[in-house]
Amino acid sequence: MQLPFIYEINIESTEMTLPQNNSLAIEATNLNIYYGTFRAVKDVSLKIPQNKVTALIGPSGCGKSTLIRSFNRMNELVPGSHLKGEILFRGENIYAQTVDPVEVRRKIGMVFQKPNPFPKSIYENVAWGAKLNGFKSELGYPNMDEWVEQCLRKAALWDEVKDKLDQSGLSLSGGQQQRLCIARTIAIQPEIILMDEPASALDPIATLKIEELMRELVEEYTIIVVTHNMHQAARVSDYTAFLTMDEDRSGVLVEYGQTNQIFTNPRDSRTEGYITGRYG
Amino acid sequence: MNLKKKHRPGETFIQAFLYFCGIFSIFTTIGIVFEIGKEALLFFGSPGVSLWEFLTGTTWQPQVGEFGVLPLVTSTFITTFFAMLIAIPFGLAIAIYLSEYATIKVKNTIKPILEVLAGIPTVVYGYFALSFMTPILRSIFGADVVDIYNTASAGLVMGILILPLITSMSEDALSAVPRSLREAAVGLGATKLETAVKVVFPAAISGIAAAIIVGISRVVGETMIVALAAGAGPKFTFNPFEGAETMTGHIVRISGGDLSYDSIDYNSLFAIGILLFFITLGLNIISQRIVSRFREVGE
Repeated sequence: MQLPFIYEINIESTEMTLPQNNSLAIEATNLNIYYGTFRAVKDVSLKIPQNKVTALIGPSGCGKSTLIRSFNRMNELVPGSHLKGEILFRGENIYAQTVDPVEVRRKIGMVFQKPNPFPKSIYENVAWGAKLNGFKSELGYPNMDEWVEQCLRKAALWDEVKDKLDQSGLSLSGGQQQRLCIARTIAIQPEIILMDEPASALDPIATLKIEELMRELVEEYTIIVVTHNMHQAARVSDYTAFLTMDEDRSGVLVEYGQTNQIFTNPRDSRTEGYITGRYG
Repeated sequence: MNLKKKHRPGETFIQAFLYFCGIFSIFTTIGIVFEIGKEALLFFGSPGVSLWEFLTGTTWQPQVGEFGVLPLVTSTFITTFFAMLIAIPFGLAIAIYLSEYATIKVKNTIKPILEVLAGIPTVVYGYFALSFMTPILRSIFGADVVDIYNTASAGLVMGILILPLITSMSEDALSAVPRSLREAAVGLGATKLETAVKVVFPAAISGIAAAIIVGISRVVGETMIVALAAGAGPKFTFNPFEGAETMTGHIVRISGGDLSYDSIDYNSLFAIGILLFFITLGLNIISQRIVSRFREVGE
């Protein structure tokens, strides 16, 4: 089989291919997500490991965006959507009656496909969410200024914006805007960062920067990323889940495992077909 | 294949017609301004009348040659203030509810009902002020405090009149805020209220400011309600419970009486008219400035 791109093969870890229970960030069990009567995601069970990058790949319409948006209850903002099944975060079902979706989203942040900074200053973009979450001087950051700087540093944006923090976030380039959105998400101190095609609106250089950033951030956070771009999944992720549509056009999970295994030795013929570019 | 230029008389005709329509509206405006300005100039050219006295005088008594427009201007401002007291908070609250909270079904029910308000003739509003709002004010503040004709009552009812205007313009502005901004806020753990007030509302502020200014110009120019309910006779007062004639109210009352053409009284109405014109023109220019400035920031 000839692969259309180059990547490193990590041979040692082809055995233990699925994440172990003791280090899970979030776990979906028998997840079904509906828009009205249409079932967009069918019976997905997925264990996402801590401090790893997990990529969700698959053809358009396979429900990967719907799936990632269900991890912080963003999907329920779509009128008519509902969900069956469980998503366990720290052992608690985030869809339980007693759970406040606002609190869930403070622990599980999100970066969107199109950079969407607020029409406020760069500083305010980062500080806004932190203030909202009742930022207290903690963790060695006695005041907001230092916290904003720290978040911008972590998002690899500080050097580019340190002299113009009071300018509008919209004055930045697309790639910078996306890193600002990442800084903004870090500022609320989430445990998990969801990224819904974070680089699909960016040029290749900006994309590369985002990918490097993901590799740095994964030291501290768990990252789940939806991507159209298989090269990107191969470059940045530790684990890959491949979804596709079944005969009812519902999204199903075909295969999930370590990224190397998925790309070098797919077990399912549909996965193989997709990653070799035969369809999708 | 023939690539030669074709003669298309239909195209030419339509183009000329549309051009004519555009020009026509401009000429109408010029005509009106010219007519008002001409009469107003006659007024200011009359002996014993000065522009300075007109703008700063506190007595308007054309019979004795006192032409100070301030009594009319203050009552116009008082009625406008009371109208905004109703229209801004309620209009914005309804707009936020409709754009951020209401389901499509509720929205499609409430909007047409609101638009009915805009369809009620202003003369009906005038009597509504007189026979409904004034008695309420009198029962709250006492009949000895509140005159039968008063500027507060007329103002409050004008607020109801422009409620649909402010609501629908602000709602358009709020709905035009991209969904992605709402998602960004919600994704950072903002509640619905925080999203609406701290993100969506500021992002729509230009449209909302424009809505308010258009509302103000509408109220400043509104005639029938103040003519019926605000009282007859200019009076220099800041008490909203006293009757006092506004600029428009004065024009309509005087021009309804037997006034000889080309007298100084007659010409004085045009002086008020041109002042009114400049006030609303100024407001419209401000609103356009606001819209265009914030649009640049927004994109």
